[in-house]
Amino acid sequence: MALLNFLKPKNKLEEGGRTEAPVQNDAGEPEKNCPNCHKDIPLSRLWANQLVCPCGYHFRMKARQRISMITDKNSFCELFANIRSDNPLNFPGYKDKLEMSKTASGEEEAVVCGTALIGRQKCCIFAMESYFMMGSMGSAVGEKITSLFEYAMNHRLPVVGFTVSGGARMQEGLLSLMQMAKTSAAVKRHSDVGLLYIAVLTDPTTGGVTASFAMEADIILAEPGATVGFAGKRVIEQTTKQSLPKVFQSSEFVLEHGFIDKIVQRKDQRKTLAELIKMHHGE
Amino acid sequence: MSGTPYDRVKLARDNKRPTGQDYIKNIFKNIIELHGDRRYSDDKAIIGVIARLDGTPVTVIAIEKGHTYKERVERNFGAPHPEGYRKALRLMKQAEKFGRPIICFVDTSGACCGIGAEERGQGQAIAENLMEMSTLCVPVISILIGEGGSGGALALAVADRVWMLQNAVYSVISPEGCASILWKDSAKADVAAESLKLTAEDAKSLGVIDRILSESDIGSKEYYDRIRTLLTDEITELSKDPDLLQARYDRFRKIGMRSN
Repeated sequence: MALLNFLKPKNKLEEGGRTEAPVQNDAGEPEKNCPNCHKDIPLSRLWANQLVCPCGYHFRMKARQRISMITDKNSFCELFANIRSDNPLNFPGYKDKLEMSKTASGEEEAVVCGTALIGRQKCCIFAMESYFMMGSMGSAVGEKITSLFEYAMNHRLPVVGFTVSGGARMQEGLLSLMQMAKTSAAVKRHSDVGLLYIAVLTDPTTGGVTASFAMEADIILAEPGATVGFAGKRVIEQTTKQSLPKVFQSSEFVLEHGFIDKIVQRKDQRKTLAELIKMHHGE
Repeated sequence: MSGTPYDRVKLARDNKRPTGQDYIKNIFKNIIELHGDRRYSDDKAIIGVIARLDGTPVTVIAIEKGHTYKERVERNFGAPHPEGYRKALRLMKQAEKFGRPIICFVDTSGACCGIGAEERGQGQAIAENLMEMSTLCVPVISILIGEGGSGGALALAVADRVWMLQNAVYSVISPEGCASILWKDSAKADVAAESLKLTAEDAKSLGVIDRILSESDIGSKEYYDRIRTLLTDEITELSKDPDLLQARYDRFRKIGMRSN
């Protein structure tokens, strides 16, 4: 499976991902160029609007920013923070890449897990971290997600998960691949006891994560304009020798083809999630 | 067992190797092929049959690459579309309903990578197989007979026992793909093949597979007879296990834990 949108160089890993780093305008205020409307937007304005451009373009967000945006104030309680990757296959260059990602993201791994309240409803939550090797899934990510679903099952809690991933992490080879089976089995057990799992697909959700827990939720939401797919766009273009439409593998594309339930803008996510949890687990 | 890991990759891809169909024909009797996913079409990259294994009815699913160029085109070079995985799942659920053990022969460079595959939810199809196979209430044995290409192979290999031919490979990504992403140079595929730990011995030492099958007499009557006996014995064993599903869960659960 192709790992697409693979780790970008460290200096590009700035707020909002996939776009250039903020630059200072004449007034000395940092601003970012929106890749959609091509306007320079002051960072303060973006922050006030949950990193969404006035034109509607959703910039990438860090895992913890998402969690604090979605959950009730001070309700997040982190779980499994001590699960980290090492280099089980002694893959060349992997140790350095891990260190680089830790610096770039401020995280120890590509997913943050825990419990929290959303609209006063208790749930388990995970948010993947694009700034950590583009959210790729190795043993630690697989172990954390699996442990979270097991915890949720034992405590009879719903799970809300924000996905962002280039796919399975190739530096851990087969061990990464097996995390797809491992996480899927845990999702299935959680599901079989009647508990709710809502996935929110964010940009990009691809490869082995799409082909496992991202597509296994009871309700699948997505952010507007996110890349959602299995194989990499470039790989498909090379294989099929066809150029692909811009909308191919976007949230809108997978919605049209029936693979997600709804596209929800960032500003409405908290309310939508709270309402959904209440309808399944509330009084 | 010799040569570099990349030599193994080339061996695993050799079109003279027995394919899924060869295993079905030579190991099983009373073979009846069943077609279609009941949703979209019949994917020829995956063959599903009910047949007898030493008298016992079983369901066999095989990824088929074909031997000749014409066959390979017809079989999409063993790269299944979503409807192939959905056909496989339909037949596995049917096997579960009627208490038939399931045997999968896996041989693919990966799930089909194309516009139609994306439109019809390749990721979702694989994900559903991973989820559903984890709780099938009948014994499941998967054998990697050639290429075990990533999620497209795993989608038929969430099993109680996973066996691998000595020259088969099993990997999260093709060595060429890995080299071109990491080092922008697909010519470094040999380095990638070495680093990815994709040989049968590697997979066994990582706890990903349970048994390596010798290829010394590959394609001979004795070869297929040996595999038939192994399958029969293993299914007899697995059928006696009252905690089959817990054992299957634990089998994958422990892979990649920190204690490993």
